[in-house]
Amino acid sequence: MASRKESSSVSSTAMASTGGTLDSPVKQIQIEGLVVLKIIKHYQEEGQGSEVVQGVLLGLVVDDRLEITNCFPFPQHTEDDADFDEVQYQMEMMRSLRHVNIDHLHVGWYQSTYYGSFVSRALLDSQFSYQHAIEESVVLIYGFLLFFSHLFPILDPIKTAQGSLSLKAYRLTPKLMEICKEKDFTPEGLKKANIGFEHMFEEVPIVIKNSHLISVLMWELEDKSTVADKHELLNLSSSNHLEKSLQLLMDRVDDMSQDIVKYNTYSRNLSKQQQQKHQYLQRRQQENAQRQSRGEPPLPEEDITKMFKPPQPPPRMDTLLIAGQINNYCQNVKEFTSQNLGKLFMAEALQGHN
Amino acid sequence: MSAGELSSFSKMSVFGPVVKIHPVVLASICDSYERRNEGASRVIGTLLGTIDKHSIEVTNCFSVPHNESEDEVAVDMEFAKNMYELHKRVSPTEVIIGWYATGFDITEHSVLIHEYYSREASNPIHLTVDSALQSGKMNIRAYVSAQMGVPGKTVGVMFTPLSVKYVYYDTERIGVDLLQRTRVTPSRTKGLTSDLSQVAGSAARVQDMLTTVLAYIEDVLSGKVTADNSVGRFLMDLVNKVPTISAEDFENMLNSNINDLLMVTYLSNLTQAQIALNEKLVLL
Repeated sequence: MASRKESSSVSSTAMASTGGTLDSPVKQIQIEGLVVLKIIKHYQEEGQGSEVVQGVLLGLVVDDRLEITNCFPFPQHTEDDADFDEVQYQMEMMRSLRHVNIDHLHVGWYQSTYYGSFVSRALLDSQFSYQHAIEESVVLIYGFLLFFSHLFPILDPIKTAQGSLSLKAYRLTPKLMEICKEKDFTPEGLKKANIGFEHMFEEVPIVIKNSHLISVLMWELEDKSTVADKHELLNLSSSNHLEKSLQLLMDRVDDMSQDIVKYNTYSRNLSKQQQQKHQYLQRRQQENAQRQSRGEPPLPEEDITKMFKPPQPPPRMDTLLIAGQINNYCQNVKEFTSQNLGKLFMAEALQGHN
Repeated sequence: MSAGELSSFSKMSVFGPVVKIHPVVLASICDSYERRNEGASRVIGTLLGTIDKHSIEVTNCFSVPHNESEDEVAVDMEFAKNMYELHKRVSPTEVIIGWYATGFDITEHSVLIHEYYSREASNPIHLTVDSALQSGKMNIRAYVSAQMGVPGKTVGVMFTPLSVKYVYYDTERIGVDLLQRTRVTPSRTKGLTSDLSQVAGSAARVQDMLTTVLAYIEDVLSGKVTADNSVGRFLMDLVNKVPTISAEDFENMLNSNINDLLMVTYLSNLTQAQIALNEKLVLL
């Protein structure tokens, strides 16, 4: 992601007047319909079944809104493509888009996810580098929830196939930004900042806006296109999706428990060591007292830190990420179950009438 | 081609491949029209997509800067080539299949531009999008060029129309539906809805459709409208699709499903409480 950082810093210095001097954080995101369609299309064509699909968001900041007016996709990472390609690709794209009067301000990036699993180290790093360079950038996550029929917006393609557009925008909280800046991931550091997994990302509300011309286009499309089967949302079969989500949740919880075990052993080691140090010091003092009473020179104080090397504190950032991810899964599962409960009750009412 | 022929286009039967357009392309075209340079009356660009035996599917497009005056037209082909290369890196299956222009008519300049594009693709298609709404609605048409005239003497090019269809992926359909809803609100904005309200919306839609069908049936029964057999067959299918299950079995199924969902909700709440506790303990 280092290449992205360079490119984003280049673009931010190129247009320093607009992006850098805003004090108020972005309160709302306004997306054009075109961007939504493009993101959907990009996932549909390139990302079927494979991992994440990514791209760059372009737009501008107006008052307290971040307007996203266009986007372009990033090519998939193939094995022998060097990082060099990314930067060049991005630069070329932006230059070309400038010729056709498309906003070329780099305001964020988007990513698709699989069943809502997007809280990862890589995401954190890239979002940090973006947000560091451009104050208002967000990540748009287009997550997936089902197969058949979420500043970074996360888009949920599976859930979208099921019938509802799932697009979420996130940015890192200022607290988290500070921590990432200092790269201090020890438990003490995190304790100082008082960060919990809930304070990692903040969600920014999204609003979709269309220009008048696009509205005309919509009327035209409605006229001409056939009524498709748009009622997969009412499908009652939920077990497949539920299983998948729960499986991912279980995996994460396993990771989490491993992490916790590590932390516990670390704190146990630490306290044991403290005890040992204490004992050693006491013995030393006793011996010195004895020697003094016998009139001999006291033993030199040895450097205890060299003798008892303190154990390495495990980095807590991963734990935080895992906790955040688990939280996300739980949220998704709960949303999903509430929807399904509604559907089931509806089905009961229908059947009751028969 | 007279204007009269063009207006009755939709009723003509056309031969040749069908052009399938994705809404993304049209939205892009409208957007680039809105962003055109001062003084430019229309915008042109390249269409990308895939060619099949019977149909041409247009899935992407990008606009190309060009200058047009009374006598001449200049298109930045370097730019077009560059953009195509960039796009190819993302989706290697897309090829240049033609070009688009906003505006109602086909001018002589179009012929020239079409020739440029013939060098890039074999038999390119030309798409016109009437974004200035000259005829009252946004007409979207596609053409293929054909040679005409007396061979050896004056040879000209004729643009023959093709039929245009809109295709969507399922997910695109949902996206388009969401965008459709924005045209209702006066400020043309719409927030993304929460889950339960979406279920409610879907149910409302089904209810509307049922009311329409019911109204039709009433009309037929009271003799106002003549019965149509094919519609009758569809209705028969509809009614037969409701499965007949005994009340007990249905109760059982329903209860077990509800129990599953409740259990999952409970477990996820439990997990959330657990990690929250863990946080607090660590931060002690």
